Amino acid sequence: MAGSKDFINRRIHSLLGVIPIGLFLVQHLVVNHFATKGVDDFNAAAHFMENLPFRFFLETFVIYLPLLFHAVFGLYITFQARNNVSSYGYFRNMMFLVQRITGVITLIFIAWHVWETRVQAALGADVNFSMMQDILSSPFMVAFYLVGVLSAVFHFANGLWSFFVSWGLTVSPRSQKISTYVTLGVFVLLAIVSVRTIFAFI
Amino acid sequence: MSTKMVKFIISRQDNPETAPYLEEFEIPHRPNMNVISALMEIRRNPVNAKGEATTPVTWEMGCLEEVCGACSMVINGKPRQSCTALVDQLEQPIRLEPMKTFPVVRDLAIDRSRMFDALKRVKAWIPIDGTYDLGPGPRMPETKRQWAYELSKCMTCGVCLEACPNVNSKSDFIGPAPLSQVRLFNAHPTGEMNKEERLNAIMDDGGLASCGNSQNCVQSCPKGIPLTTSIAALNRDTTFQAFKNFFGSDR
Repeated sequence: MAGSKDFINRRIHSLLGVIPIGLFLVQHLVVNHFATKGVDDFNAAAHFMENLPFRFFLETFVIYLPLLFHAVFGLYITFQARNNVSSYGYFRNMMFLVQRITGVITLIFIAWHVWETRVQAALGADVNFSMMQDILSSPFMVAFYLVGVLSAVFHFANGLWSFFVSWGLTVSPRSQKISTYVTLGVFVLLAIVSVRTIFAFI
Repeated sequence: MSTKMVKFIISRQDNPETAPYLEEFEIPHRPNMNVISALMEIRRNPVNAKGEATTPVTWEMGCLEEVCGACSMVINGKPRQSCTALVDQLEQPIRLEPMKTFPVVRDLAIDRSRMFDALKRVKAWIPIDGTYDLGPGPRMPETKRQWAYELSKCMTCGVCLEACPNVNSKSDFIGPAPLSQVRLFNAHPTGEMNKEERLNAIMDDGGLASCGNSQNCVQSCPKGIPLTTSIAALNRDTTFQAFKNFFGSDR
C-alpha cells in the first residue's frame, strides 16, 4: 500500500484538478476565444475539436471520468468542513471557503453546460456559434455563464495553489506567497479570456 | 476605592451530557488581572451578575506561564491560553467558552485526550530502548537544533485543532499539532532512523491528507510554530514515501 485509501484519493483528487481537468479548462477557454475573431473562425475551431481522432476516448478519459471523480470526492471534502471564516477571517481561510463555494457552483454550472451542449449535440443539435448566441440571448443565462465560468476559473487557479502545497512543491511561506501571486495572475488572465469570449456571443 | 467592574459572559455546562447555557458575572477590577485571576475571584465568591448564588466555574490550569497548554479556552471568539489573556487588553464583556472541538467535561474544562492519542498514533517519540547500550547517537548540528527547538515548543494546547475547519465531528482529521511533531522527530538524527514508520502513520485515514490548507493553525498557534510549513514539508516527504511504498525502493 502506498498509503491509506483516503490519502490516495485526496492526492488523486488534487492531481486530477490540474491534470487533466485544469489543462482541459485552459484549452477549452483558449479555443472558445476564437469567438472574438468572428463566427467563421469559431465554427472552424469547434469543428476541428469535434473531429479530433479518438474523440470518444479523449472525452471519456481526459474529461468525463476525471471530472466525475473530482466532483464526487470534492463534494465529500466540502461537506466535511465546518467553515469558520466569521471567527477566523484570515486570507487563506477565506480562500478555503471560496474554493468550496466555487466548486459547488462550478459543478452546477458544468452539469447544466454539459446538458445544454453535449447532451443536445448527442440528440442531434449542432454545436456552433449560433447555438451559443441563442443560449446567451437571455440576460439570465449571461449572468449564469459569467458566474459559472468565473467560478470554474477561480476554482482552478486557487486549486493550483493548493495542488502545489498538497504535493509538496511549495513548502516555505515565501514560496507559498509567490505561488499565491502567480495563481492570482492565472485567475486574472483566464478571467479576461473567458469574459471576452462570453461577450463575443452577445 | 475604585468600583470599576469587569463583566464576563461565560458559557457553562454542568456535565458532558447536558446543554450549555450562558451565565454573566461582574467582578471588581484589579490592576493587571488575567482571565484566570478573574475566574479565581468567581470561585471565591460564586455569585452571578443578577446577585444569585451559583456554582463556581470549572476550568483547568497548570503552569500559569503559557507553556503547559491546559488553560486553553475560547476568549472573545479566539482560542488562546487564559493565563496570558490580560483583562485590560480584552474587549468587554469578556466572553469565555470551552474549545468545543473537544468533549466538554464541565464549563470551560475540556478533554484533550484525542491529541495525546494522536501523538501515540504518529509515534511522536524516539525509540532508543534495547537490550544493550547502543552508545551515543549521531550529533545534531547546532543550527538544526535551534530550528527544531521552535517545533518542540508545542504544548499540545489544542488551539490549532479548535481553529481548523477540518477538525470536527464529521471528520477524523488528527489536526496540525501531531503532524508538526512528526516533522520534529523525523528531523532528529536518531529519530530519523524511524522516519518511514511516522510517515506511514500520517498517510493513514484522518492523517496529513485531510488538511485543507485553510492555514488557520499557523495564524492561531500561541507559540508561533510554523505548522503549515511542517505540513507542506511532510506533504513533500509523503509524496516520496508513497512512490517508494508503491514501486519499492533500494533505499
